[in-house]
Amino acid sequence: MEYFLQQLINGLSLGAIYGLIAIGYTMVYGIIGMINFAHGEVYMIGAFVSMITFLVLTMLGGIWLPAALLIALIMAMVFTCIWGWTVERLAYRPLRGSFRLAPLISAIGMSIFLQNLVQVLQGARVKPMQPLISGGFELMEHDGFTVTLSYLQIFIIILTIVLMTVFTLIINKTSLGRAQRATEQDRTMAALIGVNVDRTISTTFVMGAALAAVAGLMVTLYYGVIDFYIGFLAGMKAFTAAVLGGIGSLPGAMLGGLLIGLIEAFWSGYFTIEYKDVAVFSILVLVLVFRPTGLLGKPEIEKV
Amino acid sequence: MLKFDGVHTHYGNIEALKGIDIKINQGEIVTLIGANGAGKTTTLMTLMGIPQASKGTVTFEGEDITHKATDKIVSNGIAVSPEGRRIFPRMTVYENLQMGAITTKPEYFDADLKKVLGLFPRLEERIDQRGGTLSGGEQQMLAIGRALMARPRLLLMDEPSLGLAPLVVRQIFEIIKEINEQGMTVFLVEQNAFHALKLAHRGYVLVNGEVTMSGTGEELLASSEVRAAYLEGGH
Repeated sequence: MEYFLQQLINGLSLGAIYGLIAIGYTMVYGIIGMINFAHGEVYMIGAFVSMITFLVLTMLGGIWLPAALLIALIMAMVFTCIWGWTVERLAYRPLRGSFRLAPLISAIGMSIFLQNLVQVLQGARVKPMQPLISGGFELMEHDGFTVTLSYLQIFIIILTIVLMTVFTLIINKTSLGRAQRATEQDRTMAALIGVNVDRTISTTFVMGAALAAVAGLMVTLYYGVIDFYIGFLAGMKAFTAAVLGGIGSLPGAMLGGLLIGLIEAFWSGYFTIEYKDVAVFSILVLVLVFRPTGLLGKPEIEKV
Repeated sequence: MLKFDGVHTHYGNIEALKGIDIKINQGEIVTLIGANGAGKTTTLMTLMGIPQASKGTVTFEGEDITHKATDKIVSNGIAVSPEGRRIFPRMTVYENLQMGAITTKPEYFDADLKKVLGLFPRLEERIDQRGGTLSGGEQQMLAIGRALMARPRLLLMDEPSLGLAPLVVRQIFEIIKEINEQGMTVFLVEQNAFHALKLAHRGYVLVNGEVTMSGTGEELLASSEVRAAYLEGGH
């Protein structure tokens, strides 16, 4: 029971991170019907920028931890937003309207480019960092096994809930969100009622990138080690999460992320850690076979 | 108010419009009739800049809008109720109307909404329903309502009668007349030539991307060529 609870806590924290990345996939897919394969790299850049920010702040002398977190968060977001915007502008927008695979290939190219750029700039070795937030609550103890909920896990889960709430409100209640949904449902018509479609698409990329930056910051704090390659696997898993939840659906992405995190945690906890990724991707295959629209993706019923 | 001057439009290598001239005056209902594939919708879409004309100019209220971005053309005062209605299916009626008002100042919204719902009481009953669940006639009303929310001075309509029951068609045409009497200039693209010509002040006949005939509604209705090509067979 204690062990189960511990894996549940770990799985939820991990799942929150995947969910945040998955939202970027799902939003971009929703609006232009394209899988942005460079999204995992945006997350990786978020992780690097936050680590560099922490190191610089430490070098400059100690700084109050919440302030450091906030500065790192802002830096990571600003950088990844600029990246997200630039990638869309340079690699995808010129290809809009050409054949469907062109932007996909361009995205894969962008992904390889970003990985190699960071490898050249930062080196290929794994970068470690001192844990910044340590300690936590000991929830219960039984037979020498302690269930802990670390402060960092609380931070991750609360920040995720806050961001999800804000994003859901933006999508459902603001005119920006309406413009995004309109563009998603009928791009030409959105333009015909006066939506600046190009700007709306750019904003979507920027919003997804900002969430990926937060995920990058979280993973830097959580694992304390990053390298230029982390974007690939995390990106694949977040993409899996998005598909699992029903691609195009915001709550679906979060749900998918949480499920992937939980599967991974429980599989590592009860079976073998080596096969955790096999377990995750097997689930993807099963979902695609039995429910191609994902858990929350609904087949559309529309009149014409 | 609006002028097409020798407008050519291409889709790739296909020339869909071959130099058309159309003029619309303030306060008029002008209709464009023609068979399938004649270029009626292309004419409307060229006016909106999707795609832009490859040759010639489109002038609106003295300003050349040939190469303007679509969203800027809408803010200039042209709104469209497109072919197939194209309401946003997964948005509520209210949200669809909000989308229509995206280019206007927020303070106009409440009054404009009241006006549109006054024109289409049916939409008020369905205000929280998703667009995709409406009937064809209701969707057409929503498409017109959404266009009106943009406070246009020129309203474009593409086949508003398509696929609707005769009774609903009559309702829609009555509403077009009513909107026009309140001062709106209307550019109406229709296959239903009989209704369109009866309603319109003037009309143009489009054949294979070229304007072959123009005149007042009555003149065109009376013309034997128009009758033979578009009105025979049941109207």
